[in-house]
Amino acid sequence: MTDAALADVPRPVSEVTSAGKVLYWAGIVLLCAWVLVPIYFLLSNALSSPAEVTSFPKHWVPSFDMGSLQFFLSFGGVLKALMNSVIVAVLTMILSIGFGAPAGYALSRFDFWGKDAFRLLVLMTRAFPLPLLALPIAVMFIRVGLDDTQLGLALVHTTLAIPFAVLITFSIFAGVPVELEEAAWTLGCNRWQAFRKVVLPLVLPGITASAIFAFTISWNEVFAAAVLTVQNRTLTAFLLQSLNVSPLHLRFAGGAALVIPALVFIFAVRKYMFAMWGIANR
Amino acid sequence: MNTRALPYLLLLPATLFLLVFFVYPFVQVAVQAFVGPAGFTTDNVQTMVKNFRFWPSVRNTVLLAAIVVPLQLVMALVMASIVANLKSARNTILYIFTIPLGLSDLAAGIIWLAIFEQSGFLNSMLVSLGVVDKPILFLSYQNSWVIFVAVLLAELWRATAIVMVILVAGMGLIPKEYYEAAEVFGAGPWKRFLKVTLPMLKPSLQTALILRTIAAFEVFSVVQALGGTTLPVLVGQTYDWQFNQQQTGVAAAMALVILAISIACTVFFLRVLRTPKGATL
Amino acid sequence: MAEIQIKGIAKSFGAFKALHSIDLTIADQEFMVLLGASGCGKTTLLRIIAGLETPTQGEVWIGGRRVDRLPPRERGIAMVFQNYAVFPHLTVLENIAFGLRMKKLPQPEIDRRVTRTAELMHIEQLLARYSGQLSGGQRQRVAVARALAMEPDVILMDEPLSNLDALLRLEMRAELKGVLAGSKTTTIYVTHDQVEAMSLADRISVMNAGRIVQAASPVEIYRNPAARFVGSFIGNPPMNFLPATRTPDGRWSVAGITLGGPAAASGKLEFAIRPEDLTVAAGGFDAVARVVEPLGAHTLVTTEIDGALFRAVLDSDVRINPGDRLSLVPKPDRIRWFDPETSLAA
Repeated sequence: MTDAALADVPRPVSEVTSAGKVLYWAGIVLLCAWVLVPIYFLLSNALSSPAEVTSFPKHWVPSFDMGSLQFFLSFGGVLKALMNSVIVAVLTMILSIGFGAPAGYALSRFDFWGKDAFRLLVLMTRAFPLPLLALPIAVMFIRVGLDDTQLGLALVHTTLAIPFAVLITFSIFAGVPVELEEAAWTLGCNRWQAFRKVVLPLVLPGITASAIFAFTISWNEVFAAAVLTVQNRTLTAFLLQSLNVSPLHLRFAGGAALVIPALVFIFAVRKYMFAMWGIANR
Repeated sequence: MNTRALPYLLLLPATLFLLVFFVYPFVQVAVQAFVGPAGFTTDNVQTMVKNFRFWPSVRNTVLLAAIVVPLQLVMALVMASIVANLKSARNTILYIFTIPLGLSDLAAGIIWLAIFEQSGFLNSMLVSLGVVDKPILFLSYQNSWVIFVAVLLAELWRATAIVMVILVAGMGLIPKEYYEAAEVFGAGPWKRFLKVTLPMLKPSLQTALILRTIAAFEVFSVVQALGGTTLPVLVGQTYDWQFNQQQTGVAAAMALVILAISIACTVFFLRVLRTPKGATL
Repeated sequence: MAEIQIKGIAKSFGAFKALHSIDLTIADQEFMVLLGASGCGKTTLLRIIAGLETPTQGEVWIGGRRVDRLPPRERGIAMVFQNYAVFPHLTVLENIAFGLRMKKLPQPEIDRRVTRTAELMHIEQLLARYSGQLSGGQRQRVAVARALAMEPDVILMDEPLSNLDALLRLEMRAELKGVLAGSKTTTIYVTHDQVEAMSLADRISVMNAGRIVQAASPVEIYRNPAARFVGSFIGNPPMNFLPATRTPDGRWSVAGITLGGPAAASGKLEFAIRPEDLTVAAGGFDAVARVVEPLGAHTLVTTEIDGALFRAVLDSDVRINPGDRLSLVPKPDRIRWFDPETSLAA
């Protein structure tokens, strides 16, 4: 469209476009820096010795001293908190996929009475500040003996993760044509066999992604973890409760311990980012 | 084949789960707030309101949401437009933009602590640039507005990504032909953005605003990491009542306040950004 | 022996009646085509026979066995889907062997059948590929091979050629006809393409609005449509219709000429003639040419008779220009009559 203009008055037009281009890419670089530089600061602090963390002024390149991280890992309760975080996140992952995936499958394959009501229930969970549920649930758990347990916290985290699990698995199952399943039925499969031999291999990457997402939700959650655990604190609960009493280098090393796995997780599921949010538009 | 029962069977676990862990607790939270040992009581509400930190926490939370959410919306629109127009390196840049989405809000708080603490990177930069000659204690009760700004920046940094992802997904649903048609009729890039992108993005904007506003009222860990209790916010107070004061009734009353504000905002956005039937894609 | 009997099959989706009490018998080894416009219920009927849809009423019998309550795998059928449904996570070989492995056939037998059907469909060299590496036509071949390998009593095909381009469709059509004739299975084939139906079928069931209007051989369907719908649906261009009134002497007056016809009870009938069964000669319908389309072998002339459109396919030697008046004479033995009340042949 600018070709004709380019031929007539080549210089001004090309100058405008290249100036615009430079501005555009400068904006992109700025925005990327805005996201990445703060993370760099945290990691830089975590890779400095405790003395360097509190010294002034700061070095812009870390000394790659493992002192802070060693101190963090040997600090009382940290390893247990890490373990608890992993256990709760794995339980959350299993529970939310175990409950969510069948629902996602049902929504993708069947038309039935009450479908809209269920969808509404799932979408409604998004319109509420879910972590606050930890308050009444804490009372409920004391009654049934689930207070301060990994399973108890995992159940609350599952409430956070299940709407995502349902919506992501729904879009993943909807991506497998019904005809493939029907073809399997005509070729001698019953419903379960067709699911296992045809649908499952096709959805496995997507299901894995939603499982990782559920893991990340639990791994990152702070409020419910802090309210529901005392002896069995997760890493987030541990860090939150020691914010005021722990030295800076412990906080930065802890922050890095939270951030690094999360970075790996979201890199692993980046392809599915839109499956879970795109759906919210419908 | 028992096809009629199957969908219900598949939905049963998730439904039961949500009833027990979502619907029931919401009823319980009201019960906890308003039922004392002697039946109905407003004691919890009175204790909550009388606390000297209650109104500041309401003010801080609402102010924070009112500033953060619009800023995020503008920033996310810019980021989403950039991503939508990218040809090369789109996936890499999109991944970088979405990184904060996968991080814990506590981690975000600690990240910005690394910048704002007394021996942190902001002071290092100011001193090396000669703006100040010795590091400033930013995050103290004398400078509570700096804590507010730090929380604001951390929230902006952390949660803009989610708005952007929703908007990018929404922009992907707008057929290219509309832009081409607008271009044929003489609309420039800015006009196209105003007259095509924005109106067509309304459902996505609605979703993003609802999700973000509710999350903004839940701000907690970032504040704890940056200011401790110096800057009272609603969820922070709730946590304090529950955990430190061991007054679960008052904590429940606080939760109800947050809930009420959240629902009011949801209803507001549902009404204001309603798309007429048949005007959708 | 796999005769298929469909007895009083009806299907409703909520308030919408997709099928109204269908009765149809398909003989062993017969090639039956279900032909109709989209939404006429032909695919629904096929899916009911396959067991992918449950009928609201009625029975399906295959080879003397009532199957309408059985799942698809127990019906002795194989099916070819419109978009092929070749499993993307399996190779061509694994696709063809899929059903045989489900049947737990011995490995040598599986190998034998895979080799045989792959050769039959000319896809031996593709056996190691995945469906993503195949063209549409090749996927189609895999889908057919997979169905044939089952050596089923009945093969069901749901518009199998509709996603192929025109040339490929022609080629596959001829090939399918040969392969299926050799396989000695009973075939039910759904299509909306009448040429496909004509070329493949032993018998065609023309469907309209959830009913079978006529089930007969292709030539019978073409020459002797049982209802006005069949005449207007089959043939390109379709049949011409003109109103007829009885003259006092028991003959029929059609657009100014008088013809011999059936002794109908009512005084009104509808005269019908195929466009190719008209010749230009004296004493015929007084027609004005409106559009003249030379098609090579023939010339299609769209004319107007008494304000109604009337098409004639004439020899391309005949020179006609728009606006010309011509006299069109129908071949007497090709004239058909319909009752305007019932729309059925009179």
